[in-house]
Amino acid sequence: MPWDRNQLAARAAKELQDGMYVNLGIGIPTLVANYIPEGMTVTLQSENGMLGIGPFPLAGEEDADLINAGKQTISELPHSAYFDSAQSFAMIRGGKIAMAILGAMEVSENGDLANWMIPGKLVKGMGGAMDLVAGVKRVVVVMDHTNKHGDSKVLHECTLPLTGKACVHRIITNLGVLDVVPGGLKIVELADGVTEAELRAATEATLVD
Amino acid sequence: MKKVYASASAALEGLLHDGMSIAAGGFGLCGIPELLIAAIKQAGTRDITIASNNCGVDDFGLGVLLATKQIKKMQSSYVGENAEFMRQFLSGELELEFNPQGTLAERMRAGGAGIPGFYTKTGVGTVIAEGKEHKDFGGETYILETGIVTDLAIVKAWKADTSGNLIFRKTARNFNVPAATCGRVCVAEVEEIVPVGSLNPDCIHLPGIYVHRIIQGQHEKRIEQRTVRSA
Repeated sequence: MPWDRNQLAARAAKELQDGMYVNLGIGIPTLVANYIPEGMTVTLQSENGMLGIGPFPLAGEEDADLINAGKQTISELPHSAYFDSAQSFAMIRGGKIAMAILGAMEVSENGDLANWMIPGKLVKGMGGAMDLVAGVKRVVVVMDHTNKHGDSKVLHECTLPLTGKACVHRIITNLGVLDVVPGGLKIVELADGVTEAELRAATEATLVD
Repeated sequence: MKKVYASASAALEGLLHDGMSIAAGGFGLCGIPELLIAAIKQAGTRDITIASNNCGVDDFGLGVLLATKQIKKMQSSYVGENAEFMRQFLSGELELEFNPQGTLAERMRAGGAGIPGFYTKTGVGTVIAEGKEHKDFGGETYILETGIVTDLAIVKAWKADTSGNLIFRKTARNFNVPAATCGRVCVAEVEEIVPVGSLNPDCIHLPGIYVHRIIQGQHEKRIEQRTVRSA
């Protein structure tokens, strides 16, 4: 069985290390926060100006002045810090954030990422995604291996407008884990019950040993 | 010079004109200068270019200036929550310049700090880089982005003292600091104005040198996405 949303998030959480400052994207990446191993300190950054994102507040404790980058109400932690947007992206651009875990529409074999627009469809904007992929030390993508038509999202070259060039280090999909290495992608791990043949069949990108 | 004004309209007196540029603070609906936006709607100023991360929602925030067709152009990173925005954009009534969020923040910061341009890695190899100067530093490619200076900045803070020193609250600080600095004139709306001496000088987030006029008012502070956990 391929991994479901929560299993994907749990697998992505294995990328975390004690002491890391991490930015989680919207969607499945946000769920990674639920799987931070017990006893490990990981500080989550919200690009609207906060380090140390806490859980959703209890009903009645929502605060309009305290939201995450997805505009959801959140809470603070004892070590939280607030800052303005210029400072927030200074730490992102400046390489102070160890890792970003982001969703994607397409990834290519050289690590190009497309996750912000589909031509001809409603364009909402790139938000902070371009800044994140250009600035953080390690970019991990979490997504389904194929789109709803069954076409591979792991490609030789992205067809959609790019968010960043050669910026992705690791791809975690419902079928397994791939690393971007010289010459293409390398299979690191298969999802439980998924065969290498199945992963290869769902992948357009060049796979190397 | 007295910085405290009685109302948003009074604070904007003499500062508004058709075709002007405005930098607005806020992220989503968090920390937006809702009272000043309402006063600009009332004033009917037209053909405004607005630098703001988002453009509000249909009936709140900068969205209310879309309804009245007062905005000519938006410089933003994300405009997803607004149906009227999309309608005007797709029909060609509204210009839109997408900026990566950090580039937008830094363009405001740079403009306010007297820096006309800066090089950044953000957007290299994407549509954002098209037509921009590319330059290599240490073997990596960067693009030139320009600082933003606007006719007016409108921001929302939590507290001000009467000299214009501002303190923000939690994530409502966001774009308010860079936006405030890039306006030739900055008007701030706050929840409470306190006498000078009441704020700890070590805890000022934005010094009053950047803030020219202040008003105190009641804020709706609407929540865009209420998410809670069970006890």
